[in-house]
Amino acid sequence: MNAPDLSVELGGLFLKNPVIAASGTFGYGEEFSPLIDINRLGGLVVKGISLKPRAGNSPPRVVETPCGMLNAIGLANIGLDAFIKDKLPKLLKLSTAIIVNIYGHSLPEYGELAGSLKGIPGIAALEVNISCPNVDCGGMAFGTDPDMSARVTDAVAAKADRPVIVKLSPNVTDIRVIARAVEKAGADAISLINTLTGMAVDIEKRAPVLGNVSGGLSGPAIKPVALHMVYQVARSVRIPVIGMGGIMNYRDALEFIMAGASAVQIGTANFVNPGATIDIIEGLYGYCREKRIGRLVDLVGSISLPGRGKKDLMV
Amino acid sequence: MVLHGIMDENCEVAFQREVAGGVFLLGIKSHAIAGKAAPGQFVMVRVRNSLSPLLRRPFSICGVVDGIIVLLYMVVGEGTEILSGTLPGQRISVLGPLGNGFRLPSGIKRIFLVGGGMGIAPLLFLAGRIEPGHAVFMAGYRSSEKAVPIKDLGLPCPGIQLATEDGSEGVRGLVTDLLELRIREDNIEDPVVFACGPVPMLRRVSSLCLELGIPCQISLEAHMACGLGACQGCAVPGSKDSGKVFFHVCKDGPVFDAGMISWGEL
Repeated sequence: MNAPDLSVELGGLFLKNPVIAASGTFGYGEEFSPLIDINRLGGLVVKGISLKPRAGNSPPRVVETPCGMLNAIGLANIGLDAFIKDKLPKLLKLSTAIIVNIYGHSLPEYGELAGSLKGIPGIAALEVNISCPNVDCGGMAFGTDPDMSARVTDAVAAKADRPVIVKLSPNVTDIRVIARAVEKAGADAISLINTLTGMAVDIEKRAPVLGNVSGGLSGPAIKPVALHMVYQVARSVRIPVIGMGGIMNYRDALEFIMAGASAVQIGTANFVNPGATIDIIEGLYGYCREKRIGRLVDLVGSISLPGRGKKDLMV
Repeated sequence: MVLHGIMDENCEVAFQREVAGGVFLLGIKSHAIAGKAAPGQFVMVRVRNSLSPLLRRPFSICGVVDGIIVLLYMVVGEGTEILSGTLPGQRISVLGPLGNGFRLPSGIKRIFLVGGGMGIAPLLFLAGRIEPGHAVFMAGYRSSEKAVPIKDLGLPCPGIQLATEDGSEGVRGLVTDLLELRIREDNIEDPVVFACGPVPMLRRVSSLCLELGIPCQISLEAHMACGLGACQGCAVPGSKDSGKVFFHVCKDGPVFDAGMISWGEL
């Protein structure tokens, strides 16, 4: 048997395998280069970039919770100009898909970011953050409203010359409504889920642990929630879905793929095990070999549903 | 700054013993990490291979002996409680060495090492690299019960001056009082201070050194997830002079010149 084919296509974005390092957990790539061969990844989403540099929130910014963690980094980043000048040249030497995550305070800012990245060779796709829970204005405010989500998507898609992935917030009543709205507005793919809003209290100080009071919950604690949302969205849109939320190993990744994700992003796991992405790629190869699966794409959305016929089931 | 040469290794525990009330000395076999480690650097330890607790814990390196990384830690929560139950022969995942480490000035100077509580750990590693007779080691604890018997740790050890808040051992008072007494009264040429410990102690050491114009390097700790500079969780506020709003303890530190930190905000 030939080596299993793990390659995937996501709305014009071609990846050699479906394993992508998630934004905000992998820096600009260089942080992990002493430890793993980044060229082996399917893709890498860089830390969210805004037009102007952002210092981020007051500490403490992270706290551990049961099987997870809360973060309130506040989209600290070096800003678009420094990113293009200092970070991008190094990133583009890598042989993995470089996906640039963008974040704006307003509709025009999203458009300007997409326009400024236009024509730069080597950027594989844009991921639009409409779902950060840790900043005062914008961010999640866009991602929780179907109309605003569509308008941000449209603003970016109008300026972008490469695939546009829109990253959704789980902090909504019905994520399928948002997913359909961004699909209609021109998104080439959808990634989900961003973090769930949460909080921790220090009972000695009688104060919130995080400087920002609330933060975004990630890690294995959110995996069942993420998995169900990926399942729901994959059945509600025609564009490809990238699943994420607490994936720690290849078995978790397969759950998302079988529930309907064409690719997966690995986030918090990178902090626990810097080699998590590589372990997951190897695990997927191993699984395909063992089960004699020639192409991983054949597993996407492959779960069989119990009883009654699929159409009757609530998603 | 040492960045390359970071390793993630599944290491065998060489020894583990309680050296004071709830304070443990842990030896972990890793020729690779021990060979690269410099005083002031730290490691991220996964206390067990499970989803809870999820994150690694940062520990300053207390010393390296024959390919063994030595850590000194106090049980303060779930992670350190689990770690304290790890037995020789068991394996734990260790990521390191991480961070920048202390910078020892060249030439003979009078070096003051000032540690509060577990803050003595990185300073013990540093003390081993200083020629005997040039360093004064000051250690402060709440009480004698928590005082680490430094002479029994099996590490190179300088003369120790001890302060306890309740006076149960050594001088009664704070270790910062001890430092202030020495550097104000003695007419010492070219003193240098290295300090690690609780924030109020470091704040006092820093203001004293800044006031007297004495070079001072402090080692900070912070909540962190990755230790590699990726999560940006371990932010500490930079001073006006530093020109930075925040530094990251894992990559810019953990060792900082005292004047770089905005102590009022920390």
